[in-house]
Amino acid sequence: MLKYTFRRIISGTLVLGIVSAIVFAIFYILPSDPARLACGKSCTPDLVARIQVALELDQPLPIQYGRFIKGIFVGRTYLGNTDASRECGAPCLGYSYQTDLPVTELLLDRLPATLSIAVGASILWLLIGLSSGIISALRRGTWIDRTSQGFALAAASLQIYFVGLILQFIFVDKLAWLPMPGYTSPFDYPMDWAKQMVLPWVTLAFLLSAIYSRLTRSGMIETMGEDFVRTARAKGLSSRDINLKHVLRAAMTPIVTVFGLDLGSLLGGAVITEYVFNIPGLGKLSTEAVTNLDLPVVTGTVLFAAFFIITANIVVDLLYSVLDPKVRLT
Amino acid sequence: MSKKASLAVGAPIEGRSPARMAWERIKKDRTAKISAFTIGIFALLALTAPIFTWILHTSPDQFHPETLDPSFGTNPIGKLGGISAQHWFGVEPRTGRDVFLRFAYGARTSLSIALSATALATIIGVLVGLTSGFYGKKIDLVLSRTMEIVLAFPSILFALAVTPVFENLLESWGVPTGNATRIPVMIIVLSMFGWPYIARIVRGQVISIREKEFVEAARSIGASRVHLVFREILPNLWAPILVTVALNIPTMITSEAALTFLGAGVIDPTSDWGAMLLASVPFYSVDPTYTFIPGFGLFLLVLAFNLLGDSVRDALDPRSSR
Repeated sequence: MLKYTFRRIISGTLVLGIVSAIVFAIFYILPSDPARLACGKSCTPDLVARIQVALELDQPLPIQYGRFIKGIFVGRTYLGNTDASRECGAPCLGYSYQTDLPVTELLLDRLPATLSIAVGASILWLLIGLSSGIISALRRGTWIDRTSQGFALAAASLQIYFVGLILQFIFVDKLAWLPMPGYTSPFDYPMDWAKQMVLPWVTLAFLLSAIYSRLTRSGMIETMGEDFVRTARAKGLSSRDINLKHVLRAAMTPIVTVFGLDLGSLLGGAVITEYVFNIPGLGKLSTEAVTNLDLPVVTGTVLFAAFFIITANIVVDLLYSVLDPKVRLT
Repeated sequence: MSKKASLAVGAPIEGRSPARMAWERIKKDRTAKISAFTIGIFALLALTAPIFTWILHTSPDQFHPETLDPSFGTNPIGKLGGISAQHWFGVEPRTGRDVFLRFAYGARTSLSIALSATALATIIGVLVGLTSGFYGKKIDLVLSRTMEIVLAFPSILFALAVTPVFENLLESWGVPTGNATRIPVMIIVLSMFGWPYIARIVRGQVISIREKEFVEAARSIGASRVHLVFREILPNLWAPILVTVALNIPTMITSEAALTFLGAGVIDPTSDWGAMLLASVPFYSVDPTYTFIPGFGLFLLVLAFNLLGDSVRDALDPRSSR
């Protein structure tokens, strides 16, 4: 188990390294003159040349990439041998062209908003998805089952940017039950934080719980036909114990997979949700950075998001062995 | 199943191919018929969009300032976004362009980009999956790792990020700016993240079929690799490929709309559902009809494709049950 974990972390790091190389190559080889972008409006050729030196853009690309990677692990110093030298601490991802702030700082600054959306929404969609799936499976063929699965199918075909706008129109503009979505720190103003997060949570949960409901239902129905369930019944276990301890547990494996991947990609930035509700999270940061061609920030957000996806993949594989005794990791 | 039929006196015994059996199952499926009909309506709307410009005597790009409320300057006159006999779905706030025509032409853009991206992703996915599964060993290792890396990319974010870069590249090759570069870039970007899903499924199937006796037999009489892959193995894969394609189309439609909504897609004046939704954002509280129409169209089309995809899967794989 430990050996497997270790191997997965190594291969995950390698994948992340390749992702970073590709991102780096795409943004720095292709004709988009970073120095010109960093220069801003009042720009002179002289200034561009100086920025090129300052950002080390005059160096060959492999050296630039090497320094970039070195910056992530041990930090780096820009303009080392001059008065204007600038220290960039350990996980250094460079400086934003737009604001001149360290990218790492920007990412950490935006993380709480994204974290709030992802954690709140995932709790909600798991609750809705699992419970409606379980009820559907236990009451298969009844009107409850048909209604909830019909809802799930429709919800799975809806889009965040559509539902989000419609819900905002109803609950914020017409009924005025909720404030405009946004982000305030939950530690300073917990009530405001919750009120502003309700719409993003509900929108995401509404759309995503559909998939979980369908997965739970089909997984449970499939497991109910298995021999071990019959054995458990023959032993005289109560149907409550059978359904929750045996059937649901076996049905959890695919749900854990999907949940891990959904949460992982959401943590990297709920791009559309944050865009629709105008919430200053990682997704919003990345869309802003793309619009402004702020390459260090774009690179940083893509890498950060890839990191979450890869980590989620590893965690999911490890959880498999816990949930399903048949899985042996080698 | 066909026991009764074959026992009937005088009835010729009929051999039915799996394709025919699947087709007959689909034909009995009411959901499949309704969703296919819905898709057909949208396709027809997309194809016949120019006819409506002729009927309505206006074009999707023509401004109609007379339909807007001059005191507010931007909002359509009348209820529900200015729906009238002349403007069936109302008019666009600020410009007064006809929403029905923009919707019909938007269906054209959305569908053609989504279908092209699906086609490209399927071709790449099938070729990579076949190669990877058939050759195994090092080639498989390299290709499988490539798929893993592509899947590790945050797709929407990366697609957003590479769009301007690709656009710059195409422009530097002399392709004119605007939608002439935007649309090919979108197709490339969408298929770039779509192919690994197809490749993985094809690869898995090829690995099991590769060892079957009929492939062995063909190999033993000296069939070439190309013959083995395309004539012996590929024809056995159409069912899983068809299912994947059917379920891939709605994903492509929504991704296309999402990219355009985020500003990395089709640009005005070309109409597109994602672009309509994006354009509706500043007006959603005063003119919700304008948000509702493209959003609901998108929902209906995606739902129809999802339902049809489910039906196709059920028909091709009788073991799977609803």
